[in-house]
Amino acid sequence: MHLKDYLLQGKAHKLGDDINTDYIISGRYKFKTLDRNILAQHLLEDILPNFYQQITPGDFIVAGENFGCGSSREQAPLAIKYARIGAVLARSFARIFYRNAINLGLPIIVTDTRKIKNGDELKIDLSQGKVINATAGLSLKTEPFPPEIMQIIEAGGLIEYFKKGRGWTELGR
Amino acid sequence: MGKTIAEKIFSAHCGREVKSGEIVISEIDFALAQDGTAPLAIQSFESMEIEKVAVPEKLAFFVDHNVPSPSQEVSLLHQLMRHFAKKHKIKLYDMGKGVCHVVATEEGWISPGNLIVGADSHTCTYGALNALATGVGSTDLAAVMASGKLWLRVPESIKIILKGLLPEGVYAKDLILYLVGRLTARGAVYQAIEFEGEIIQEFSLEERFTLSNMAVEMGAKAGIMRADNKVREWLKKRGIRSIQPVEPDEDASYAQILEFDISFLAPQIARPHTVDNVVPLKEVEGTPIQQGFLGTCTNGRVSDLKIAARILKGRKVSPGVRFIVAPASRQVYQETLRQGIIEILVEAGAALVTPGCGCCVGTHNGVPAKGENVISTANRNFQGRMGNPEAFIYLASPATVAASVIEGKITDPRRFL
Ligand code: SF4
Repeated sequence: MHLKDYLLQGKAHKLGDDINTDYIISGRYKFKTLDRNILAQHLLEDILPNFYQQITPGDFIVAGENFGCGSSREQAPLAIKYARIGAVLARSFARIFYRNAINLGLPIIVTDTRKIKNGDELKIDLSQGKVINATAGLSLKTEPFPPEIMQIIEAGGLIEYFKKGRGWTELGR
Repeated sequence: MGKTIAEKIFSAHCGREVKSGEIVISEIDFALAQDGTAPLAIQSFESMEIEKVAVPEKLAFFVDHNVPSPSQEVSLLHQLMRHFAKKHKIKLYDMGKGVCHVVATEEGWISPGNLIVGADSHTCTYGALNALATGVGSTDLAAVMASGKLWLRVPESIKIILKGLLPEGVYAKDLILYLVGRLTARGAVYQAIEFEGEIIQEFSLEERFTLSNMAVEMGAKAGIMRADNKVREWLKKRGIRSIQPVEPDEDASYAQILEFDISFLAPQIARPHTVDNVVPLKEVEGTPIQQGFLGTCTNGRVSDLKIAARILKGRKVSPGVRFIVAPASRQVYQETLRQGIIEILVEAGAALVTPGCGCCVGTHNGVPAKGENVISTANRNFQGRMGNPEAFIYLASPATVAASVIEGKITDPRRFL
């Protein structure tokens, strides 16, 4: 992924606070398979049956505080990524989820999601750190990533980062 | 300006003085993964197209979450772990050995001042041994396998000062449930908690593990304690003789300093479906239960089984209740066998399962039915956690679980002491 001129557009699927990783992908599936496409089909199904069917590729998950709390399962952001969610927006993220998303190159955005309603059309310019709620006619502020993290995101995730033979050196000490 | 324990440990691991808020690339002393996270870590590592694991001697794999394997699919994932571990000379603890966090401490992987990451959120358990230990993801673990290092943010710290001692019949589990209830599930996100107070010194290592284990339920990166003589003695028994404890500076700066008087605390319960939905037990006393679970990295150690046995001795599990016990490790199993604790539990009507995570994570073993209530010593009660989104999980101390399975309803354990 290249962030320069990276524009995302899609519909908001609004969720509440403290959405934990057990809800995002149940422990039942994390043991069954490493197949990301199968994981994706079970996204959020314990709390929102048929959620996967309601997604159009590029749509956004929009949540409240502490999104992704609970277990360290990377299957959670993986399932979101492979369900072709364009980005996750929340007022705050749980720390392991935050790491995992960055490491996988899944865009995550901290912003005041109270100004977004379910079904709102959003436009996001990651390079500028801008979120536009087209439905409400609002522009929302986002917290920019620190440069070290930006490098991992720009590489498309940690695997790509390492693959390019860069190791950690370029990230500074 | 002085430093917190976290700032000191990070400074010692990245070759320069660092402060909270900085993102650093840090040396890792020990890293682990379990059967829910290692397969993905292996896949990520292989996609990095790196030939050799950089630091096999600093890694361990644990087959503990889904054991013995209930299906072909799981067996395949376990096999993948075994093959990879063998090829790269990584220590693997196979099924039956126990829950990763209990085994890692028993086996002497953890020392004070260490910086540890684990592809499991309850890696924070090792904070009780004065280590900065935190949960990470599978790709993180792959990066550690590739380089021995990881990017991490140096956390701000919260100091929690506990005043007074706990009354009879009130345990470390009640205390940590109370704190989670007070701070909430997001009360310490990205931050390290330093636990202080007389009670910490009073507590055995097992009780301290219970406390540090649940730091993550407040969103914390770590839940650290000072290392005292009890830690020294405990580690000595596990072959670790020389330790370098890390103390916070007097003038260290904290995001928050919180004080709690715990001398009047009563037994606590986390109600469904969040860990911070905590109330004093009396508010839910009498709620009928169909299943009890004693085990996990929070409360499956010798002293936990012992207190349950003390209550269950000469009594029976209520006919309408299924009582599942998973000793947290083989060592715990052997020690409780030796002490006659298992005998008492089985006599009372408990069903023993393999040392490991048991039914904590809902992948097999003891999945509750629709509409059923479970009382458990685990650390999480999320909807669906034990395998059924239509069941209800209450979290409590081992004593409360024991008292409740006797009565078939949530019961104050102090009645039995
Ligand atoms: S016992 Fe439960 S909480 Fe602990 S490591 Fe196992 S699944 Fe996780």
